[in-house]
Amino acid sequence: MTEAWQQALARVPELLAAHVQISVSALLLAMLICLPLAIWAARSPRVAAVALTVASLIQTIPGLALLALFYPLLLGLSALIGGGISAFGFLPALLALTLYALLPILRNAVTGLTGVDPAAQEAADGLGMTGNQKLYYVEAPLAAPTIMAGIRTAAVWTIGAATLSTTVGQPSLGDLIFAGLQTQNWTLVLAGCLFSAALAISVDLLLGLIERGIRERRRILAGAGIAIIAAGLLVATLPLLITRDNVVVVGAKNFSEQYILARLIGSRLEAAGYDVRYRDGLGSAVVYRALSRGDIDVYVDYSGTIWTNQMQRTDAQTKAAMLDEIAKWTSASHGVKMLGALGFENTYAFAVRADDARQKSLKTLDDLARVSSDFNFGTDVEFLERPEWQMVQDAYPIRFKTARSFSPTFMYPALASGEVDVISAFSSDGRIAANGFVILDDPKGAVPSYEAIMLLAPKRGRDDKFVAALNPLAGAITVENMREANYTVDREGDKKTPRQAARWLNDNLRE
Amino acid sequence: MPVSGPSIRLQNVSRHYAAVRAVDGVSLDIAAGSLVALVGLSGSGKSTLLKMINRLVEPDSGEIFIGETPVCSIDPHVLRRRIGYVFQNIGLFPHMTIARNIAIGLELAGEKEGSADRVAELLDLVELPQDTASRMPDQLSGGQQQRVGVARALATRPGLMLMDEPFGALDPVTRDNLTAQYKALHQRLGLTTVIVTHDMAEALYLADRILVMEGGKIKANATPAELLSGNAGEEAEALVAIPRAQAAHLIALGKKS
Ligand SMILES: Nc1ncnc2c1ncn2[C@@H]1O[C@H](COP(=O)(O)OP(=O)(O)OP(=O)(O)O)[C@@H](O)[C@H]1O
Ligand SMILES: [Mg+2]
Repeated sequence: MTEAWQQALARVPELLAAHVQISVSALLLAMLICLPLAIWAARSPRVAAVALTVASLIQTIPGLALLALFYPLLLGLSALIGGGISAFGFLPALLALTLYALLPILRNAVTGLTGVDPAAQEAADGLGMTGNQKLYYVEAPLAAPTIMAGIRTAAVWTIGAATLSTTVGQPSLGDLIFAGLQTQNWTLVLAGCLFSAALAISVDLLLGLIERGIRERRRILAGAGIAIIAAGLLVATLPLLITRDNVVVVGAKNFSEQYILARLIGSRLEAAGYDVRYRDGLGSAVVYRALSRGDIDVYVDYSGTIWTNQMQRTDAQTKAAMLDEIAKWTSASHGVKMLGALGFENTYAFAVRADDARQKSLKTLDDLARVSSDFNFGTDVEFLERPEWQMVQDAYPIRFKTARSFSPTFMYPALASGEVDVISAFSSDGRIAANGFVILDDPKGAVPSYEAIMLLAPKRGRDDKFVAALNPLAGAITVENMREANYTVDREGDKKTPRQAARWLNDNLRE
Repeated sequence: MPVSGPSIRLQNVSRHYAAVRAVDGVSLDIAAGSLVALVGLSGSGKSTLLKMINRLVEPDSGEIFIGETPVCSIDPHVLRRRIGYVFQNIGLFPHMTIARNIAIGLELAGEKEGSADRVAELLDLVELPQDTASRMPDQLSGGQQQRVGVARALATRPGLMLMDEPFGALDPVTRDNLTAQYKALHQRLGLTTVIVTHDMAEALYLADRILVMEGGKIKANATPAELLSGNAGEEAEALVAIPRAQAAHLIALGKKS
């Protein structure tokens, strides 16, 4: 077995356990909501119409968006009641997945309950059953196979959608998929998909067994299905029951550099005796908040991001002044400790092909503005909405012919192949040098500085051992080394895992 | 003949569905222990009338008494447990064995003890073999299912039986059999029975009294003998005319051959 597979499989038990936990919780909660609601809806067509419409509407929201929506919602709610609700991890994932599971359960339960043979209903009434007795003796047993079929559908959907809960900081098999997609580590993607598919299929088969047991009135069959599911649940969640002390969580956003730096930080913490967990693939908006609440203990951010997104500043400052103000602001407003800059920048940099740069003598953003009406612009999915783009446009009269968004993976090839003529690259990305792209200067200093900085949760900022383990990283990573490390992970052939790249970086720290 | 069944009294009872007067101001006395057949054309209000007695349908106006007690003063489910109800679609519970179907009324009343004996007794009563007890409803023929329906209604020993075309959709031979058996049962147990039927010949054979309904009203209330003698009004006469003509035709055929 290759190292890539070993590394992927090593993470599976814990992620599988978390995946099972979140899916089962969401499914149970959805059943708890839907079954009483369905009983009510079966007695009142108006309730049925409203409930089913709402559930259908929820279903039309893409899963990723639904998860993301709960973050601000829970933050607002938490603020409203004076704190105490975590908008990170389990809760938002639980709520979103539960909402997602409502429709199939509700629809099938209502169909099943209202579809009970009218003759059986009349007989039940004629025999003098009360409403509850009718439900217990007649309606529920006759609707059970249909209800089970709905639960089955919901289970498969939920297990699939649970992979998305990675984005709000709830560990799941999606961690493997997101990390793998980002670093083009197909082994990870495959492992994530295989295990979540296997989980969905086995749960579906077992629920199918129970469904058949109910339909054919074979108690043994239903009992066996339930027993196997219970046993599976126990085994799958076992890793969660083993509690560990001294566990620290290293956060990472969703690109290779972040994965590598998280592994670098994690390995140093492990060496210092900490038990390390990783929360990868966190959204930019989520990660800082998660840190300030102590949901994660440490992560790497960039000065310009904190400056514009958190501090809402748009003024230009020198690098040193910026870092100084950021350290003061994070400490004063959230108790977050800034443990110094790592020594390199990862800023938005406009990159062009070398032959274009030569023929059209492009050196600066002023030169780019001159030719921009002939240029097609390739960018990542968020840049056009970010304040930096506004700042650039304010400073330089750039008007591109067209603008298209790519995932970072495809942005560099698009420039190389001539599909676009200029891209908003990341300055520490190894693919700039590898493709021989030319970075254009920003003489007016329109783009703020993006120094990589280590941020520590309030509790860890006071933990001397923790600080001592990470202090040597301050100023120790050159942009050349970071590019090289990123490239070994991002390139097509002879790919390294983030952990391997982190090991290499650690061996090549600047003294 | 022991009489355990109650009498029934309807006072000016009406029930409308939108513009349809399903039952229109019916007043009626049914004597304890009698077997009354309710006949009439389709849509004349027979089922509606029957279901008002066990409150499956609530009247818009008027009052119904069982014995001296107004039915509206009794909780519907309590009332219905005292009344045996059999209807054309039978409504056996497909997920329960025949034994459990028959004993379900006892289970509801909390009389689980001795219910196996009672089931065996009822199977004998409706002349079904004992081994049907463990079968499921879909493993029985239509006629057998009808018998189970009757057995289920009798399980809690109700004094009053309401039967809405209980033997419809059966072949004439089986139907005739079941009718005869039920008549014997009715007499043996001293029940009060109201039975809805389309078949005038069946009603004439079975009933102590025959009620003829039309447009939600009772147009005739007579014994079979009175009906046949033609003194019960033209609606009754129209219904009696058919079996009478058929009988005459059969007799004529018999003479020819
Ligand atoms: N639930 C209902 N909603 C609306 N109209 C109804 C309802 N039940 C009965 N009716 C109407 O009331 C009238 C009497 O119906 P009912 O079922 O009592 O007739 P019936 O004599 O039993 O007929 P059949 O011999 O066909 O069973 C009919 O016109 C029928 O359409
Ligand atoms: Mg009818």
